[in-house]
Amino acid sequence: MLKNIVLFLLIFAIFGVTSAISPTFASGYNLDIMARWTGLYGIMAIGAAFVIIAGGIDLSMGSMVALVGVQFGILINDQQMNPYAAMILVLIGASLIGLGYGLLITKLKLQPFVVTLCGLLVLRSLARFLAHDDKISNFVQPEGGTDISYLTGMDFCWIPLPLWMLAAVGIVSALVLNKTTFGRYLKALGNNEQAARYSGINTDLITIAAYMICAFLAGVSAILFAIDLNSVGPNEAGTFYELYAIAAAVLGGCSLRGGTGSILGVLLGTAILRELYQAIETLQFSELEGTVIGLVILAGVIADEIIRRVVDARRRRQEKGVPAEVPAKSS
Amino acid sequence: MNLQPVPFLEVERISKRFPGVKALSEVSLAVGVGESIAVIGENGAGKSTLMKILAGIQQPDSGTIRIDGKPVEIRGVPAAQRLGIALIHQELNLCDNLSIGANIFLGREPRQFGWISQSEINAQSRKYLEQVGLDVDPRTLLAELSIGQQQLVEIAKALSCNARLLIMDEPTSSLSAREVERLFSVIQSLRESGVSIVYISHRLSEVHQVCDRVVALRDGQNSGGLSREEITHDNMVRLMVGRDLDQFYARQSLTPGDVVLAAKGLRTRDNPTHAINFQLRSGEIVGLAGLVGAGRTELLEALFGVQPAVAGTIEVAGRTASIRSARDAIAHEIFLVPEDRKLQGLVLPMDVGQNTSLPGLHRLSYFSWIDSRSEQKLADDMVKRMRVKTPSTRQIIQYLSGGNQQKVVIAKWLAMNPKVLLLDEPTRGIDVGAKHEIYELMEELARRGVAILFVSSEMEEVLGMADRVLVMHEGALSGELTRAQLSEEAVMTLATGQQMKTI
Repeated sequence: MLKNIVLFLLIFAIFGVTSAISPTFASGYNLDIMARWTGLYGIMAIGAAFVIIAGGIDLSMGSMVALVGVQFGILINDQQMNPYAAMILVLIGASLIGLGYGLLITKLKLQPFVVTLCGLLVLRSLARFLAHDDKISNFVQPEGGTDISYLTGMDFCWIPLPLWMLAAVGIVSALVLNKTTFGRYLKALGNNEQAARYSGINTDLITIAAYMICAFLAGVSAILFAIDLNSVGPNEAGTFYELYAIAAAVLGGCSLRGGTGSILGVLLGTAILRELYQAIETLQFSELEGTVIGLVILAGVIADEIIRRVVDARRRRQEKGVPAEVPAKSS
Repeated sequence: MNLQPVPFLEVERISKRFPGVKALSEVSLAVGVGESIAVIGENGAGKSTLMKILAGIQQPDSGTIRIDGKPVEIRGVPAAQRLGIALIHQELNLCDNLSIGANIFLGREPRQFGWISQSEINAQSRKYLEQVGLDVDPRTLLAELSIGQQQLVEIAKALSCNARLLIMDEPTSSLSAREVERLFSVIQSLRESGVSIVYISHRLSEVHQVCDRVVALRDGQNSGGLSREEITHDNMVRLMVGRDLDQFYARQSLTPGDVVLAAKGLRTRDNPTHAINFQLRSGEIVGLAGLVGAGRTELLEALFGVQPAVAGTIEVAGRTASIRSARDAIAHEIFLVPEDRKLQGLVLPMDVGQNTSLPGLHRLSYFSWIDSRSEQKLADDMVKRMRVKTPSTRQIIQYLSGGNQQKVVIAKWLAMNPKVLLLDEPTRGIDVGAKHEIYELMEELARRGVAILFVSSEMEEVLGMADRVLVMHEGALSGELTRAQLSEEAVMTLATGQQMKTI
């Protein structure tokens, strides 16, 4: 909880400092971009969080963004498909890829890192193949077709729609994670797969579900990215997005060892990363973007580790004061 | 007037505390030059903590240690080595991808012009290997040696550091009878050359054979000592348990009910050459004895489905049951309290309540939505019933003591009305009080008709709790003993693969 408060304060601090240096940072235009892109990245980061909490990882999310985006554009442009039908179709496809990962990881006992690394390569090249290595554009408002630009462009109560979507996904995810058996099993298996299995939990099923959720949410954000840009380049789209998603999840308190993580933390983590990115752009030293973001994440992780040790030490000291366990009376 | 030689090692009033547990409280101990003493005590009595302190792995909170009469502080393993103390762990600390010589001199390689001098290693190693009676080329890969030979290498390594005190923690637990004999003769010759021995073992017959003196620990305190003439089984047990056995174990046999679990021609994945047949009746407490590695845990894991059997059938209440996973076993109300509670029994960062409800969570939820009130009630009930000592059900389980953690592992299953309860080393590493409570609980469950099969390496526990004992040897069931036939000798005979003489 303390951590989330710190992250929250950090968001204001970055905002204050940057807009003091460069007032354009606080412009409506800038805020709008930040809000929209926080929404898009956040949905993906929540997907990453599910897999990370389950003790896994998905390195292929960026390639997934490219593949889903390309396929989505092709369906509308070349197949003249209704965009909503196209969405459903590509989301089913994305989930099936997640299913494939899950099966490979649980049934063949392959390492998630390796499986999704292969996914990263394969999905990206499939995207290039499908698009003939060319940009797919102008599918948002096709002539005589359905206009879907409102999905990322519109505001509701002065807040861009993607942020509302993120809020919805976030609330549902937080409830699933904290209030349902699925969420409990996910945390249990992420922390100690063996203990979960020995408790009769169908760990394979839960793991597969986590990868499917991750792929599905990557698909959702891929569609929104495509709509927002009205263009998908199979080479550029989504590059390094998996790392941003993982970074946001880690900054928000997910441990790559699995078992822990809060959705609110992930959302705050995403917001900070987007805000930092925007701030760096505004202040015009974008070549140092990686340095700043990398160091911020590192600082976050170090602070987390220090807090953990302090809390641990305090607990140990407290327990020293308590008398040792009273041995039960003998019979 | 006092002409007694100064003992090599004196430990005076050492105390050590861990979160939630007082591991050692004012424990004292002395070992003379060339003397061999046994430290005995139940699991959790503080033996291993004491040994870790002597080996420099842990630091005492208070008390003094003297070597050759001079007070010392043993800060770290290298410091212990310099003082001549070496700990031979139960699990060997050797690299089996390296040669014998490389293992003996690991970290202290003799060098010539900055390069490792292989000839020096070999020559030196031969000397030490000879001392421990191992006639093998030091260039041999460690992996090619038997466990017993590897252990001798470990002793040779200790000698190469000029060890004057060898602490041996259960050295015979994975040795064959011949290897044990050999180890004992090595110990004898080491003692003659002035090396002192601290010997930790559960096998009381060995203690009698190897040691001059016995020091007993109980609940982290000295509970007495025995001179050579006083070393008898009964005396040792009394010092370890602190009361007579028949009082400690409350088992009163009842007439067992129907057969609830039967294994027919069961072959486990690890020991597929042996078919296992046995029956378990309701209300019965059956012990599963055998040496470490005899296949007891594998059998329980096959019955519980986590390592499904490769052949044979399991019958539950007369019907064939297909048990391919823990979920299958749980559906038949067969539950396992696993051997390693931290690895298999608990999710350590979760709280007491969440751990308790884990296997039965689906029963506490509507369409997978957890009913937190029912969950809380279950946790409260179980904490009360099992007398788990915890500030609240919200306490993170890793901060509880071993005994209380174990109670929670059992509570997980209690809430789900077991038909068959499989317990693997149910009292390992927990204090005497909690132990007794677990025995009482087994007793109570058996009275209510639960069939209990428990694995234990503690002879007293097997003798005290079981109505009937199945003994395993190298993956096979080597025999069955009724309560009337039960004795330590009978169990050991079967466990070491010898035929029972007709009684």
